[in-house]
Amino acid sequence: MGIVASVLKKFHGGVHPEEFKDLSEKCAIEPMPMPERLYVPLHQHIGSPCEPSINVGDMVFKGQTIGRPQGFVSAPVHAPTSGKVVEIRQHPVAHPSGLTMMVAVIEPDGKDTWHKDISGLEDPFKHEPAEIRERVRCGGIVGMGGATFPSFIKMSPPKDKVVELLIINGVECEPYLTCDARVMEEQTTEVIDGIKIMLHGLQTENCVIGIENNKPRAIEIMKAAVKDIPEIDIIALPVRYPQGGEKQLIEVVTGRQVPSGGLPIDVGVIVHNVATAVAIRDAVRFGHPLLARPVTVTGLGISRPANVQALFGTPVQEMIKHCGGLKNGTRKVLMGGPMMGVAIGTLDVPVVKGTSGILCMTSNETTDKPEQACIRCGRCLQACPVSLMPTEMAWLSRHEELDKLQEYNLFDCIECGSCSYVCPSNIPLVHYFRFGKMAIQTADKEKKRGEIAKQRAKAKDAREEKVKAEREARKAAMKAKMAAKRKAAAAAKGEKPATEKESAPAAGGNDKAAKAARAAKAAKAARAAKAAKAAKAGGGTKDAAGDGDDKAAKAARAAKAAKAAKAAKAARAAKAAKAARADGGTKDAAGDGDDKAAKAARAAKAAKAAKAARAAKAAKAAKAAKEAKADGDSQ
Amino acid sequence: MSHANLLTSSSPHVHDGASVDRVMQSVIWALMPASALSVMVFGLPALLVILITVASCMVTEQLFMLIRKRKTTLGDNSAALTGLLLALTLPPHSPWWVCVVGGVFAIGVGKQIYGGLGYNMFNPALISRVFLLISFPAELTTWPVPMPLFSDGAFSMSQAFAIIFSGEYPVNQALDAITMATPLGQYKMEVSMGKTVTDALGGDYGFSYINSMGGNLVGSIGETSAILLAAGGLWMIRKGIITWHIPGSMLLGTLVPALIFWAFDSSVYPDPLFHLVTGGLIIGAFFMATDMVTSPVTIKGQLIFGASCGLLTYIIRTWGGYPEGVSFAIVIMNTAVPLIDQYTRPTIYGQRPERT
Repeated sequence: MGIVASVLKKFHGGVHPEEFKDLSEKCAIEPMPMPERLYVPLHQHIGSPCEPSINVGDMVFKGQTIGRPQGFVSAPVHAPTSGKVVEIRQHPVAHPSGLTMMVAVIEPDGKDTWHKDISGLEDPFKHEPAEIRERVRCGGIVGMGGATFPSFIKMSPPKDKVVELLIINGVECEPYLTCDARVMEEQTTEVIDGIKIMLHGLQTENCVIGIENNKPRAIEIMKAAVKDIPEIDIIALPVRYPQGGEKQLIEVVTGRQVPSGGLPIDVGVIVHNVATAVAIRDAVRFGHPLLARPVTVTGLGISRPANVQALFGTPVQEMIKHCGGLKNGTRKVLMGGPMMGVAIGTLDVPVVKGTSGILCMTSNETTDKPEQACIRCGRCLQACPVSLMPTEMAWLSRHEELDKLQEYNLFDCIECGSCSYVCPSNIPLVHYFRFGKMAIQTADKEKKRGEIAKQRAKAKDAREEKVKAEREARKAAMKAKMAAKRKAAAAAKGEKPATEKESAPAAGGNDKAAKAARAAKAAKAARAAKAAKAAKAGGGTKDAAGDGDDKAAKAARAAKAAKAAKAAKAARAAKAAKAARADGGTKDAAGDGDDKAAKAARAAKAAKAAKAARAAKAAKAAKAAKEAKADGDSQ
Repeated sequence: MSHANLLTSSSPHVHDGASVDRVMQSVIWALMPASALSVMVFGLPALLVILITVASCMVTEQLFMLIRKRKTTLGDNSAALTGLLLALTLPPHSPWWVCVVGGVFAIGVGKQIYGGLGYNMFNPALISRVFLLISFPAELTTWPVPMPLFSDGAFSMSQAFAIIFSGEYPVNQALDAITMATPLGQYKMEVSMGKTVTDALGGDYGFSYINSMGGNLVGSIGETSAILLAAGGLWMIRKGIITWHIPGSMLLGTLVPALIFWAFDSSVYPDPLFHLVTGGLIIGAFFMATDMVTSPVTIKGQLIFGASCGLLTYIIRTWGGYPEGVSFAIVIMNTAVPLIDQYTRPTIYGQRPERT
């Protein structure tokens, strides 16, 4: 196994909190009586929440899909037992900010009847890896170490990546928790069968199981079990939190570091938790979806620490009751371990796929000291497994220097809590970093929204700019028209006789004055055409706005008629104008008696008039449309 | 099923128990053996200097908290530690007003005007000492010879009070009769006048390495026992209060150039051991440069910072206008700390350049 380092590597930093594993490490995983009601959240994984596929009042069977996955990164949710769906509603869940979530409330019928479609693969190794993956996906299996990433995605490496090694995570580095250790001790064959199925699914042949030295029994039992299986090796690891972090475990075992922002597969490794291995086996061999998991109920605040096989949706209250209730002086109840667990404010919260423990802490175990100023002792830097600079990051978070925060690699923080654990000033560093991440995500969203708004504003500016340009153009057109008129008048007065004489052989109306007049007329006609168009636009708006209103309809009709009439007129005028222009052109080409200067003036005039006409048309149309719109709006 | 009494704070929910007041307390403990020995060597006046300076610092701290309408911060022990460190940089017979002004300056100007603990740029004790040295050079460079407790001629409590509060000495011990140059001062003065190192320190002056290491040495209160100070520093490293990086690199920063120049010309440049056991190098390296607030947080930064402090110390000692350079060196380097931290950010997990 070339990828496994010959000497165990070390990850940077880390801490070693008091373990408290002795509270529950000798307690075998025990079943629990069926709760009266199960509150099954429809979102128990990283990724998009499920859509409910059942209705209130439906009878469901054990293993029936009750939540359909949405999107790729998602996992279905199944009914943990048979019974009746009595409610689908918002319910408190374990979340750092005390959010509620959609849950299906199921009243068990006590028969625990499996759904009829449940069936497994008798010999998984005869089936294609794709079939294995599909079963893992349909089984709703997610990473049970706590991250709850849908497992089938890890089972589907991209084609250009080679899986060199499967690491099974039996590290369980969180203090107190013992359920993974119990799984390895009690369900050894299931774990190993699950690993073999995964190796087949991944088409690879190397697997190591990493277990910390504080679980000597698990190490011994697993070692004995894999003695004759060359593909699987057991590695005993020195105790150090957060060694069970995926990236840390990979570094310890292989010496490779997953690139920042990358995935384990980028270094040829896939990591699964031991409990996930068992779940995958159940899903593939028997078709049993993920319905329950072992949960460590522990802490100095619980009367009888235990490892309990709990159905998803079981309220924490029931678990605690099953374990003899809370002792006096319990200050905190956590879901998960003491380093990364979430403190819950209500015991109504249900057990979900990522619940590895329920930790009941007394004031002797948990600290609640006030935050002091940072003395820059640097202990957090030494403890950080990612080699971040928590000192600077906390400062930046507090001052919402979001760009700088990203520069300090905020998103590489795994929120393991080692920095807060060692901070002599009791600064809630992880809390600051979560806040910073959220602030950045919110800012990103807002930035996107802002960009859209900016584009809109830009478009508006452009529109206004256009209107302004049109207004100018109209002014220019007016000026041109006036000039043309003046010129025409002057020409009519002074040059008429000569022109008439000269133009006699040519077609009528090619004299300068007449041409100018015609051009002016053309401009007018064009304007009229545009006005008509505008009226039409206005009518359209009115139609839309009026919505069956008689008056509006009438107006629209009138506008249409006006438009038709004007359009006809305009067409005629335009034709005339064109003809005039064409005439002028012919004449110029023929080089008849006109002197050069006069010719140039004429050409310029004609061009100007035409241009002005066009501009004026556009401007008027815009204006009319606006008015019409305002009209329609007011209606 | 309401459990309104359940706490819902953010993870992690456990803590290793370290606290600022315990960190400061540990440093104070680490200084205790050397301080006790100093009082033994210099007698009750030194004890008075320590007490007045510590009290001055604590009163100033409390006054500032009253002005700023904050809860008292005396409990974090940092004011007491600053007072102790400042006292250890003062001559054993410093007048009371030097101690008081020093304490007020250290806490007021050195720390509180920046916003209190954690926000100050300079080591408060050292910036205060530098201020005192520049402002009151006579008082800060009057070095009485050791007069151990319980010895013949040891000062009684009333004599100690007279010395510190009114500058009056017992009739048979006039001030100028019981003062002497520090080894570094002696070296600087004599060698600059053309003597060799051996001549300057030997003869009448009678410098001895053994006396220096054991604490029988002319100098400020905290410059006495190199051995006890180093022991305190090593204990702090063992306890995880500080790491070896700053003291180690600072000592090397002074000793390496000392070795080079000594090898080059031993008649002008004293040997590295002389630099190590005289003056404030040990207390500076283990207790002053390691002040957490005013030193870098990155390991690489700490090495750069320490080595620079050491090198500057050697330069000032050898070519500067003052015989001792530890305070100046550290205060100068304090200003570079933010920059050092910025340019020595560690490579994070997953950004290590690929080996090819």
